[in-house]
This record gives sequence, C-alpha cells and structure tokens, in this order.
Amino acid sequence: MTEKPVQEEKRVFMTGNEVCAWAAAAAQAEIMYGYPITPQNEIMHYWTRLAPKYNRDFLQTEDELSAGFTTAGGIMAGKRAFTATSGPGNILMQEPFSMAEAMRLPTVAIIQQRGGPSTATVIYSQQEVTMTSLGGNGEGLRIVYSTATHQELFDYTIKAFNTAWKYRFPTFVLADGYQAKMRESLKMYDPEAKGIKMVSTEPYVGKEGVPGVDRDPGHFRNTYNVEEELYEVLEQYIEDYDKMAPEVAEYEEIGSQDADVVVISHGVVSRAAKGAVQELQKQGYKVGYFRPITIRPLPVNEIRDIANSAKKVMVVESANGQLDRLIKEKVYGCNAEMIPFFKPGVGITTEEVESRLKELF
Amino acid sequence: MTVQPAMPMSWRRETKPHKFCPGCGHGLVLKVLGQAVDELNIQDKMVFGCDIGCSLLAWDFFNVDSIQTHHGRTTPVITGMKRANPNLIGVAYMGDGGGYAIGSQHLVSAATRNEKITVILVNNTQYGMTGGQMAPTTLPGQKTETSPYGRDVSKTGNPTLGPEMVNAITGEGAYVARGTVSKVNKLKEYIKKALENQINGNGFSFVEVLSACPTNWRTNAEKTWKFLEEEMAEYFKVGEFKVPGSREEEGQSNG
Amino acid sequence: MGKPWKIVLAGEGGQGVQSVAGILADAANDQGREALYIPNFGVEQRGGVSVAYLQIGDEPVGAPKFQTADIIIALSDRAVTRTTRYTGPDTVFVYDSGIENLKDEDLPTGVKKILAIPALDAAKRELHPRVFNVIIMGAVIKATGVVPEEKAKEALEKKLGYKFEQKPELRDMNFKAIERGAELVAEAL
Repeated sequence: MTEKPVQEEKRVFMTGNEVCAWAAAAAQAEIMYGYPITPQNEIMHYWTRLAPKYNRDFLQTEDELSAGFTTAGGIMAGKRAFTATSGPGNILMQEPFSMAEAMRLPTVAIIQQRGGPSTATVIYSQQEVTMTSLGGNGEGLRIVYSTATHQELFDYTIKAFNTAWKYRFPTFVLADGYQAKMRESLKMYDPEAKGIKMVSTEPYVGKEGVPGVDRDPGHFRNTYNVEEELYEVLEQYIEDYDKMAPEVAEYEEIGSQDADVVVISHGVVSRAAKGAVQELQKQGYKVGYFRPITIRPLPVNEIRDIANSAKKVMVVESANGQLDRLIKEKVYGCNAEMIPFFKPGVGITTEEVESRLKELF
Repeated sequence: MTVQPAMPMSWRRETKPHKFCPGCGHGLVLKVLGQAVDELNIQDKMVFGCDIGCSLLAWDFFNVDSIQTHHGRTTPVITGMKRANPNLIGVAYMGDGGGYAIGSQHLVSAATRNEKITVILVNNTQYGMTGGQMAPTTLPGQKTETSPYGRDVSKTGNPTLGPEMVNAITGEGAYVARGTVSKVNKLKEYIKKALENQINGNGFSFVEVLSACPTNWRTNAEKTWKFLEEEMAEYFKVGEFKVPGSREEEGQSNG
Repeated sequence: MGKPWKIVLAGEGGQGVQSVAGILADAANDQGREALYIPNFGVEQRGGVSVAYLQIGDEPVGAPKFQTADIIIALSDRAVTRTTRYTGPDTVFVYDSGIENLKDEDLPTGVKKILAIPALDAAKRELHPRVFNVIIMGAVIKATGVVPEEKAKEALEKKLGYKFEQKPELRDMNFKAIERGAELVAEAL
C-alpha cells in the first residue's frame, strides 16, 4: 500500500492551488480530470506531481466540457473524481454539472473565480457565485462552499468529497484568484487522524454480477418522455435537497445578533469585512459580521434573524450583487434596510469596508 | 406460423418492442451489437453509453449497465469511466451529429489519445430526433429541413468522412471501419472486432455504420434501400481502414 | 504584536521583486510568524510593473491586499508611479536613487519618510547586478525588522543552497548583499 500523502499534522506555507491538490490527495481523491485555465492551473501542476507517488491518476482533456463529463464518467465508475476550473471554463462545465445534478452524481469541482464577463481578467473576482450556485438549466441542486483562508481551502476540499458522496449532489469549493495564488500558513493533516471518516464511494456501473441475470441493469438517464415523469423525479430531488440543507449549511459570525449594522460577505472578501468589524467593535460601534460558508444552501434562519434584528445589513462583494440577490431572496419580508457595497471584479480592502460602515452610523 | 427471430441474450426483453421508428437502422445496429456482446461474453463488463439524438432511445435497450449522456458528450463520459476503471468495456453509441458536429472535438481527441474505448457512430445523413436537419454527413444536393433546396457544398462544405479522419489521426493499436446496416454480417464482424480490440487493450476502436432514416428521408422501403446502398455507399466507402497487427499476425500464422 | 507590517515591493519584470517577497515570506513563516504574500499576476506579469504585496505579523493576516502600505520599495520610474496609490501619512517610501528619468514631482507627498538608496549602484559596483534584489531584501529587513537578518540568510540558503554548494562564493556574495542593503537603509535613515 502506498503511504498517505499527509501523515502527521504539519504547518505549511504554500499557495491556495497547492493546498487544493494536497487536500484532494489527503481526501483520497483517485483521479482528476482537467483543462488549463488561469488561475487554477497549479492545482493540476501539483496534482500531477503528487499523483504517481500515491497511485492516483490524471487526465488532461480537450476542453472543460470534456473535463466535466470525464469527471462524471470517473464517478460513475465509482471513483472519488474531481476537476477544477475558472471563468469561461466554468461556463462550459455548467453542461456536465447540469447532467451531474440530473443524475445525482457527486462531482467535486474547485472553482477559482476570475474576472468576468467573458475572458475579462485572470486575476480575481466573486462573479461566479450565480453560475456556480444556479448555473445550468435546472434548480441549482448543488452545494457550494465559499472559502476564505488556506486552512478552509484544505478543510472544505476534504469536506466537499464527503458531502458530495453522502448526499449525491454536485459539490463545489468556490475560491478565487487571490486564494489560488497567495501564500499563507495552514495546518495540513490526515483526515482520518482527525476523526474525519471519508464517505465511501460506490460504482454506478460495473457492479458485481451479470445485469438482467444476477441483478437489474443500471440504466442511468437524464431524459424523460413526459412532464409528469420529470416532475416526480424532481420532487424527490428537491425534497432530498431541502432535507439536506440544514445539515450542510455553515456560517461564521461575530456579534451579528445584537448589532445595529451587520456586514454580510463571503469568501476572501470576508477577511476584509471581519477586519473592519473587529476594528469598529473596538471603537464601540454596534456592528456585526456574518459570513455564509455555504452560499448554497444558505444558512437561512440565521440570515433572517439578522435581517430582523439589525437596522441595516450591508452586503459586500467583488461582484455586482450576486451574493446580495441570494441573500435578498431569503430575507424577503424582514425589517433591515439592505445596503449594497459592490465592486465587481475588484478586491476589497479592510480600510474600504471600515470607512463605508462608518457612514452608516 | 410466424417464427420470431431469437433476441440476443443481452437485450432487455422488458423494453421490447423498442422505441425506434419503423424502418430505422438503429435496431439492426443494436441487434448485431447485442450478438457481439453475447459471443464475447461481456454483458457483465460492458457499459453502454448513448448520446442525445435518436441514440438516446437505447438507454434501456440492453441488460447492460447504461448511461444516457448529453449531445456529443458520450465519448468523454465513457473515456472518464474507462480511465477510472480499465476493467470495464466502454461503448459510446452516437449519431453523426453527436460525433462529427457537437462532439467532434471529443471524438478527435479520444482518437488522438488512443483511448481504449469503442465508439459506434450511426450515420443516417441528418439529425433524426430533431426532425431532419442537415448534418455534417448530409450528401451534396440532399434535401433536409435546413437545406430545403439541397445541400450546397459551396456554402456548407463536403460531408464528413469520419473513419477516414479517425484513421488519419489514430496510431498503432486502433481499429477503424465503416459498415452498413445493409450488410449486417459484415457489420457484426466489424463491431465484434472493435470490441475485441478494446478487450485486448490495443487502443481506440471506431465503427461508423451507414444507416437508414425513412421517417425523415420520407422514403418508402425501396427508396430507402436504394439511398442507403447506392447514394450513401458511393460517397462513404464501406470497409476496414485500420486493423491492428492483423497483417503481421496473419502472415505468421499463414507462413 | 498588533497589526502586521504591510509591505509593497514593485519593480520591472526581471528585477526579482517577487522572489524577494517570497523569500521574506518564507523566512517569516519559518520563524513562526504569520505571513501572507500575494503577487500581482495577469497580463501585466510580462512587460509590466511587477508588484508584490506582503504582510507579516503575529496574528493570522486579514485581507490579502490593502489600501495603505507601511513601507513601499519602488525600483523603477513606473514602479514609483504605480505604487504612489498605496501611500498614506505613515508610509515609508523607498526608491532606488539610480532610477533614470525620475522627476521630483513623481515622488509621493504627505508620507512619513522618503528614502533614496543606491542599491542598483551598490550591486553593480561592489557585488554583482544579479544580487540587486537581495540588497533590496536587506533593506526591507532593516527598515521593518519583520525578520532577523539571520533568518533571511537561512531562507536564502534554503532557496539557493543547491547553487551555493556548487559555487560557495555565491553564498558570500548573497549574504553580503543582505548586509549591504541593511547598511544602505541605515545610512539613509
């Protein structure tokens, strides 16, 4: 047996892309399918260096359609398979992800957001929130973890595989170009040593026995002949999703329950929001911080509580209101005034959030 | 009394009669595929992938694990599956639109990489499921819903020669052939060889099948057969294009 | 303790600002401090101004980029123009006195201190043009104290040790470059 990629817990200092590759290896991912696009390339670079040492596999495909569909194929063969992409690549992958939704395939994809629309920048944005959460011609039956630190990139990449295989919905780790390219410290560990048991995988096709003789054949499809047939399937899926939602929804907060103004942000922007809130709390402002870690499904009850107890809720993001739309849908009928602070495609600093917040008092 | 011809063992009786139109060539292709599966005894190892288009109607055709995918995307799904579990026998079943238009990059790339999968592409010169539009394989002058005055090659190019293309880009170990539903014995031989080639781990296997679509061609039995055997077969040459190691092996056994 | 040092290093592609930032970040991390280093990247990576954002402190670092730097080191005329936006009343602005075409009005105003150091000149005359960026590293260390000189040398050793093994004189030259950078800042202060 090959040894584990990460054995003893150790502090490391590396880029986010390298973290993702190590986390996938630690999570016993077996095969990655990928296609080059900045800023996620180094996930493939590190994975292809790690993979042969730990008996894992990699396929570089002809495009992101293929990367997504080969991932689906790998999963149907029963392997813990994953892919990674960004921007225009994420657009192409919406097609395979929609098939994954339709067929309940536990695909895992790491999205390193870049600027949009179109080619835009290879650098950074939070503009792939809508697409990653709700892309495809469907209902967004997906799980999206939005990470803020390298530690979370490691933790949630591992968790993504378990959530995906437990609930069988496509699962995403949504980060961005900053997280992909920056270096900071984190602790890597072997999940099992931390009591995290990897949810076991199982093949959809190629199970034991002769189909039609020893067992029924697995006939997997995403096409239905009549409306009612589809409706019945979707009703079950949506029921499963709604039941799952409170079990997987996660958040982080600081003093959000008794604040006059609460900042809601996600991902790397929440580092700026958190810094600003902590500084202002020191100065005596009644300000709170709330950050959904799962932007789909959202921690709905907590968000509604805030929107009922706070006077103002400011949503901060490097997009023109993509998180804001998701939040507003959930806070319909609540009391708080919603304040936008949107900088599409541009990083947001602690100083900016701080000065904007002060204007609200 | 009428005698029902025996169904291949690997067919799923519960889903017969099948969903294809009367006179459609798919049934014939799937019959010889079923016979080949029986003879090679791979019912437990084979995974049948089908595309969007009429091929999707085969999603529950066999007593074989089956995956119905998206238009053009059966090749990558089966590729990904085969890479993840090389013990499986992957068959990607599609039409000419799926293989030569929307999924052409996948066909070309899988062929170039010599993926150890079998692609069976049914060529009936147009898009059947969507109602008879022009396809890459539509013959010069042929009328379709989107070429109502006949295909103008000066504007839309010449019909795709798939096996010729795949032959040009595949390396050692590939198997490439074009068969026709008008010669089912030969077709069965090709499909069986294409499967054996995968079983032996040689490389990419590709069989294009000339097939008939009387529904969209709006032809009676006689005209259907004539179009298939004369017009199609004249443009699309039937035969084997690449057979791995055959000459050497035969030479040795004969000598 | 308290807030991390916010450092901006900027220069022309090839001047080695990214490797300096990387080595400093490594040195700080090895010392058990918290560092966050983010390069600018994208199309500007080639043929543009290369900017490295570095934060070093004792608590986990917040947002990766910032509005106001504690110290800026600019190594070309374009780098000076580009980094002026990161200045504030508490910023120490360091630039190379050998930058050609730099006019006084290009330099930022209202900062805590402006230091001109002859790093390029020292590299050319006293050591080797290739260690210019290491002199800059020495200067940053002296000006900020984010890592001790010894730690920086260890980090250099880690990064370039294989080269030093082949050519021991390279080690001396790099270590001297750190010391020289520190001296230049000390003189300018």
